[in-house]
Amino acid sequence: MTFTIPIDNGDAVKIAEAESQRTLYPYVTGTSIVAIKYKDGVLMASDMGGSYGSTLRYKNIERMQAIGKHSLLGASGEISDFQEILRYLDELTLNDNMWDDGNSLGPKEIHNYLTRVMYNRRNKFNPLWNTLVLGGVKNGKSYLGMVSMIGVSFEDDHVATGFGNHLARPILRDEWHADMSFEDGVKLLEKCMRVLLYRDRSAINKLQIAKITEEGVTVSQPYSLKTFWEFSSFHNPTAGAEGSW
Amino acid sequence: MFRNQYDTDVTTWSPTGRLFQVEYAMEAVKQGSAAIGLRSRSHVVLACVNKAQSELSSHQRKIFKVDDHIGVAIAGLTADGRVLSRYMRSESINHSFTYESPLPVGRLVVRLADKAQVCTQRSWKRPYGVGLLVGGLDESGAHLYYNCPSGNYFEYQAFAIGSRSQAAKTYLERRFESFQESSREDLIKDAIMAIRETLQGETLKSSICTVSVLGVDEPFHFLDQETIQKVIDTFEKVPEEEEDAGEGEAEPEAAPGAAGTGEQGGSGDQDVAPMEM
Repeated sequence: MTFTIPIDNGDAVKIAEAESQRTLYPYVTGTSIVAIKYKDGVLMASDMGGSYGSTLRYKNIERMQAIGKHSLLGASGEISDFQEILRYLDELTLNDNMWDDGNSLGPKEIHNYLTRVMYNRRNKFNPLWNTLVLGGVKNGKSYLGMVSMIGVSFEDDHVATGFGNHLARPILRDEWHADMSFEDGVKLLEKCMRVLLYRDRSAINKLQIAKITEEGVTVSQPYSLKTFWEFSSFHNPTAGAEGSW
Repeated sequence: MFRNQYDTDVTTWSPTGRLFQVEYAMEAVKQGSAAIGLRSRSHVVLACVNKAQSELSSHQRKIFKVDDHIGVAIAGLTADGRVLSRYMRSESINHSFTYESPLPVGRLVVRLADKAQVCTQRSWKRPYGVGLLVGGLDESGAHLYYNCPSGNYFEYQAFAIGSRSQAAKTYLERRFESFQESSREDLIKDAIMAIRETLQGETLKSSICTVSVLGVDEPFHFLDQETIQKVIDTFEKVPEEEEDAGEGEAEPEAAPGAAGTGEQGGSGDQDVAPMEM
């Protein structure tokens, strides 16, 4: 779909010869990211699906990436826009390293930079169609924050994007605590991911968990969760639902 | 004509491998009134001598706040110094906007040095005629840098620039080894003592110096005259006649007799380059 921006050329408002195109909706999207702070840093979970509209078209998309030495970025939303953001961040961290002076951008700096990028793009009416989660550890301090497509950003002890915001965060509010061990953290994330798998049609049963501590980032191999589909309501999900056809 | 053939523009080398215009710019730094800086593990103190251009004018500001965590003291062409400190302020605030964190001091200094370096390599430019002592605090601690018109920069524990700064440097060289562990108060005292060394005969008063401090939990700020005078009074003997008059301490700026004030302007004028205007 093309959205044409009229450009004012002096006295007459003409349609510009070079029509400018904007992203009006995303094409290939990733669904929720769930992340929590834990004892030694931050844990983040995401599945590997890429939906083409409502078709689950890609099944091996990594949506979590290490940024520099101290940060971990997760993204839901348009995959190509996420790749563009990764290019920006590659350049940013490369330039940061080129100073070669011992200073380095921490998670807080990256988070704020991303907020500026997202807000700047939305001001051009051409947003990057993502919700980003940024976790990290620097100088012994854990950091976890989120930025939305339109540049709203905040920090919290646990965050989730998309469906996760509705389904995972209530669980996190009940069960999260600050001094969680790695094992407890992973269990909690898996609980959230399982709920999402059952209830979010875009979620797939192939996920990764990423960990960032003072030592750096590790992203797990993809794996699946055990599921149980034998509940009676799963057998005939539309039973009792009065439809128009 | 037998004068130097190689000093008419910045980009011309002399056969001995020198760039005279750049060296002249560095001379301008020596002509400005003195500025000194010193640091401990947690604090940086910048101080300078205030010299009025004429009896009728006030003095020019030589120390500028760049941000809460960075300050700069200049010697040389004050006008160039102001342009550069404006540049530093803008770099610092842009960094805070983008990253919501303070700009590392070392990075600012490199950018400043690169800016000065460009002027030594373009035929249509002139080097900045100002030396800058950049003091700041960042993640890696307190720093003091000296930026030179040549585009060079150096990090120091303590340094002095400007006219008669050699005396202050000698003082600092004698004492710098203890600065790292110095308290904030001792640092300020040493700064003022170093300033005194540059005065040569003129009496040290709070009215002729500016002192600024920054450090851990202490954003950059200037010390007020009263505080400076109190420090001066701890080591400077108050001349006896004035002590008898009994107001030496209460009103340090106005009080002392005509003898003191007259001396100040007289000796000052000759040492300050007209360029400093």
